[in-house]
Amino acid sequence: MFTPGELATIALSVRVASVAALASLPVAVAVGWLLARRRFPGKALLDALVHLPLVLPPVVVGYALLVGFGSQGPIGQFLARFGIEFAFRWTGAALACAIMGFPLMVRTIRLSIENVDRRLEQAAATLGASPWRRFFTVTLPLAWPGLVAGAVLGFAKALGEFGATITFVSAIPGETRTISSAIYGLMQVPGGEAAIWRLAAVAVAISLLALLASEWLVRRQRGPEDEP
Amino acid sequence: MLSLDIELRRGGFRRHVRIEDQARIVALVGPSGAGKTTVLNAIAGLVRPVSGRIEVDGRTLFDSARRIDLPAHRRRVGYVFQDARLFPHKDVRGNLLYGRHAARDQARSFELDSVVELLGIGALLARRTGNLSGGEAQRVAIGRALLSQPELLLFDEPLSALDEARREELIPYLQRVRDEVRLPMLYVSHRAEEVRRLASAIHRLD
Repeated sequence: MFTPGELATIALSVRVASVAALASLPVAVAVGWLLARRRFPGKALLDALVHLPLVLPPVVVGYALLVGFGSQGPIGQFLARFGIEFAFRWTGAALACAIMGFPLMVRTIRLSIENVDRRLEQAAATLGASPWRRFFTVTLPLAWPGLVAGAVLGFAKALGEFGATITFVSAIPGETRTISSAIYGLMQVPGGEAAIWRLAAVAVAISLLALLASEWLVRRQRGPEDEP
Repeated sequence: MLSLDIELRRGGFRRHVRIEDQARIVALVGPSGAGKTTVLNAIAGLVRPVSGRIEVDGRTLFDSARRIDLPAHRRRVGYVFQDARLFPHKDVRGNLLYGRHAARDQARSFELDSVVELLGIGALLARRTGNLSGGEAQRVAIGRALLSQPELLLFDEPLSALDEARREELIPYLQRVRDEVRLPMLYVSHRAEEVRRLASAIHRLD
């Protein structure tokens, strides 16, 4: 049904999207928690920065990544010392996808943390639980469906990412040519319609599944608490 | 037992509250909105007064002049809320034992078996919190507070959310806790009847 090249493309997309979502999850949880629970100077600015990738042209994000994380960029050169490279590598694709999916993850996670009754956290404090302990034993267990929903949403967004990825790490087969850039490439040559349809179908199927799973998880978090 | 002299901020207003009492069981009464819950929250460390001092049995919990402000989780104050606030993701036993970790280095005055017996909640241990009646939930909440080995117990209108029958059912348990537990207690209520049956000293806040 699929050619080896197509399978490799699909596998790469799934790998890049998974790493993007999983690696940014802890950061998204931290930022989501900060925005949900704390007041501090500059909070509005943080909120705006988090949402920036949602409204900026993806190509701009890709270019910024190139300037910062490319082989000539300051961060890129710093990380190269530890053997971490982004330019023209799947890690760069993952980074681009992580940044583009970050706002959606934070929004979902922030909402699920806000839905945890603060009065329960207060009760936990009076029972001797430190802030960290409250987070891990009360907030997290009650918010986890939303957290997973956020990760799944980030995964789905990463799967569909195109502009930032192709600008930052182009579309190297086997390394950075994800489903999106593969389809784009196939459109440039005649006779690629069948392959495009196959890849597009896979992309739609995975994204749809991810969205449905995310919705179901968010509803699940609200569910038990509404029962009498 | 309690030496409290604080300035609270409530909405746009400031309110000065002063309570000095050596009695072990003190009731705090007054009309709704008078700020009784805020006083309890200040003692528990859930709310920070603008200024002042809070001392319980000689232990300073808050002193703005000396920059002391113990975080809530270190105050050793057990708090029974009006709405029980049991953790929905744990069963009754899990709720009761929640404070055990924090109290692991403390002298253990309260053990699970004796607390369960005192409050008559043995049959509820495996139940999920969502299925408990109001009275049952409050008893579990009291047990949970006791098992965190507190040095002071706060009650914020624990019977107000219950109907007449449940209240009558619960008062003997509160009396047992008062008589057998030997902890100082601060009991907030707006019902004179309840207060009369439970406390020895009464402070009015209005």
